[in-house]
Amino acid sequence: MRIELERRAGVSKLFSILSPFIALGLTLIFGGIMFMMLGKDPIAALYSFFIEPLTEVWSLHELAIKAAPLILIAVGLSVCYRSNNWNIGAEGQFIMGAIAGSILPVVFYEWQSPLVLPLMMLLGMLGGALFAGIPAFLKAHLNTNEILTSLMLVYVAQLFLDWLVRGPWRNPGGMNFPETRTFDATAILPEMIASGRAHWGFGFAIIAAILVWFMMRYTLKGFEITVLGQSQRAGRFAGFSSRKMIWFSMLLSGALAGLAGIAEVSGAIQQLRPVISPGYGFTAIIVAFLGRLNPLGIVVAGLVLALTYLGGEAVQVSLQISDKPIRVFQGLLLFFVLSCDTLIHYKIRMMWYDLSETAGKGTR
Amino acid sequence: MAAEGQPANSLLLAVGQLTKLFGTFAACDGINLDIRPGEIHALLGENGAGKSTLVKMLFGVLAPSSGQIVWQGQPVRITSPSAARKLGIGMVFQHFSLFEALTVAENIALSMDPGVSLARIAKEASDLSHAYGLPLDPHAHVADLSVGERQRIEIVRALLQNPKLIILDEPTSVLTPQEADRLFETLNKLKAEGRSVLYISHRLEEVQRICDRATVLRHGKVTGACDPRQETPSSLARMMVGSDVAHVSAEGTSSKGAVKLEARHLSAVARTPFAVALKNICLKVHAGEVLAIAGVAGNGQGELFDALSGEYPVASDDVILISDKPVGTRGINARRLMGAGFVPEERHGHAAVSALSLSDNLILARSQSDRRAFLGGGPLGLIRQDAVKKAAKRISATMDVRKSGENPPAGSLSGGNLQKFIVGRELDRQPTVLIVNQPTWGVDAGAASRIRQALVDLAKSGSAVLVISQDLDEIFEVATEIAVISEGKLSDIYPASDLSREKIGLLMGGMYGKTETAETAHAH
Repeated sequence: MRIELERRAGVSKLFSILSPFIALGLTLIFGGIMFMMLGKDPIAALYSFFIEPLTEVWSLHELAIKAAPLILIAVGLSVCYRSNNWNIGAEGQFIMGAIAGSILPVVFYEWQSPLVLPLMMLLGMLGGALFAGIPAFLKAHLNTNEILTSLMLVYVAQLFLDWLVRGPWRNPGGMNFPETRTFDATAILPEMIASGRAHWGFGFAIIAAILVWFMMRYTLKGFEITVLGQSQRAGRFAGFSSRKMIWFSMLLSGALAGLAGIAEVSGAIQQLRPVISPGYGFTAIIVAFLGRLNPLGIVVAGLVLALTYLGGEAVQVSLQISDKPIRVFQGLLLFFVLSCDTLIHYKIRMMWYDLSETAGKGTR
Repeated sequence: MAAEGQPANSLLLAVGQLTKLFGTFAACDGINLDIRPGEIHALLGENGAGKSTLVKMLFGVLAPSSGQIVWQGQPVRITSPSAARKLGIGMVFQHFSLFEALTVAENIALSMDPGVSLARIAKEASDLSHAYGLPLDPHAHVADLSVGERQRIEIVRALLQNPKLIILDEPTSVLTPQEADRLFETLNKLKAEGRSVLYISHRLEEVQRICDRATVLRHGKVTGACDPRQETPSSLARMMVGSDVAHVSAEGTSSKGAVKLEARHLSAVARTPFAVALKNICLKVHAGEVLAIAGVAGNGQGELFDALSGEYPVASDDVILISDKPVGTRGINARRLMGAGFVPEERHGHAAVSALSLSDNLILARSQSDRRAFLGGGPLGLIRQDAVKKAAKRISATMDVRKSGENPPAGSLSGGNLQKFIVGRELDRQPTVLIVNQPTWGVDAGAASRIRQALVDLAKSGSAVLVISQDLDEIFEVATEIAVISEGKLSDIYPASDLSREKIGLLMGGMYGKTETAETAHAH
């Protein structure tokens, strides 16, 4: 027997819409089975995984805080991936954005002004963009593979941050802990609403998603991105430059990752530490694809992935299980979403009988 | 329905009532076909007639909805290409299935049994290709090969499997007379060895020349089974199209106007190691004229198109002139704004993006030249979808583009219909200069004659038309002037009436008998 994927003649509109929900349903069923096999009550587990974080105001705020960087980064990445530029180094751009944005509150900490915060955000975007400019330059002019260069630069950024907070930027009054001084109140991104901690990073994420969605859907620039992603040759025929597109997409995604970095540091952590991200830049790649590279889909995907993080923490506490099943659970979700999407475009064809046998009968 | 008066087991292949449904649409509807050992059997039909669907079923790419396939007297189910190969069926597709980044030998190795060393495959492929008169360098990268050479890989790949039946899908649409002759010799050699060939084509002359029998399809049904030598081209065409094919008339295009497109000593270095450098190309196209450039595949046609279109601008401005203005360093959109239109050779992924809709593919070529009509919102560059869709609809109607649905993806159209759209997309602007590379390759007779007539009509209306083509029939149908490109050099330009096929054949071989043009003499 052999299994093959056969392209469907048409794509069902209904199932395109239903597919994420079917995937979610399947995840719940198989996740429930997994919890059962662990000897836990599946209903209770699923409840504290998926529902409980949504029942309290403070945890909704946490959800927004976690979702914000994921969405911001993933929106930028979607532009990259649509144009066939594979920026894997958003984690590094996130860190460099955080560092560049922190120059004002760490080095020029005595300057207090309403201008500080906007300047920090701009510097953050600039830092992320410049750091993404390195793989962009290497690809556009030296034809290197951006997957490798952008990924390797992540480790450069991480080590650079580590060196900064242990060395030149270490808080002189910080008992030798590897941290910078805490930011002044004027350098802290304010909360969006009074009820909790969620800062303006989430607002930035939503605004960025809407703007990029608008660009992709209605403008010639969006069209250019799509065309160059599908075929460089056709793009050249249209008069679009794939070299400029490398720069555009990498700088845009770098800037958004940098903004996410400084927003996270300024809004949530309020100082620099050796580790400022639990891997947002990498998780955002998953978010981008779960959202089907559509900025509005990415908002939903970012919230769902943030929920699995929160829910995961909640279950660890309430059910006393390790974080490993949580990773399995996230994996299940990804698996079902991607396979449901695949089955929209393809159908499975089973070939039951042995080919060599049939062929043999024919000739002998 | 195996064969007339023949015992079924003496047939190599018999197809009975074979049907393929896509939804409710019958791409093949009760097809009967039989192939005898050692014959060249033609499968004739326009694009969309069901030829490709039929051979895909024979080659195990598609599963039939009903009907049976009998191979050497045994009913078989061919469930995959590898099963087909095991039976002894080889296939050369019209759209080649080659990996561009791999070498010839590596591509061949992919379809062979694993475990055969690459060196041995390279050796065998090289030997076989020379034995059948289709020389190939097994270590060349596919990306650097011309269409004609790529086809050879496919043929050699099929032959290496030692097939009893070899299916060729429109093989000569990319070949020159000499190349085609060589292919026919190869086919006759195969026939002499007792192998059978299923030859898909819409070129009636060559079908009459080499095929023993023909089966004609139209709208998924067999409309005729005949001996092509007993038929006339027009009777075959009638079976294919269902009505008479319009004759292309080139009358009224000879009046010479002002020079609209000029190249002065155009040279360009090769961009890749295997590309062709352009050497000192001089040409002039006047208003009202169709200049056709003949040549064997891979002699710089693509490079010439790239330079003239501005996809790859050249170093100096005054080697290319459009309406007397130097444009050599300008990009393709600057040239479009000066009234030029372009149709590249490759439909999928160059002239059009297969996954995008027709209206999006219209923007592809005209986002700048029709900026005012198609874009709004100033610097935002908002695409006016309704205006674009209306224009796409207009073009489809003018060029009789047959499609499923209002605005389907370009990839869902047949080659001929997509090409009509791509040509129509340029004609719709009334360009003063039109440069077309291989206007009708892989296009059915009806669409080809329509496209050719449209090119002639454009010239008649006072535009300058440059046609780069490997198809001599096409060249003689549309051209008022002819030049030949060989190894990146262009011959002198001759009036079409002064050239014979033999003369062109000599020029293709680089035998110029070169008389320097007036301009060249001045420059020295």
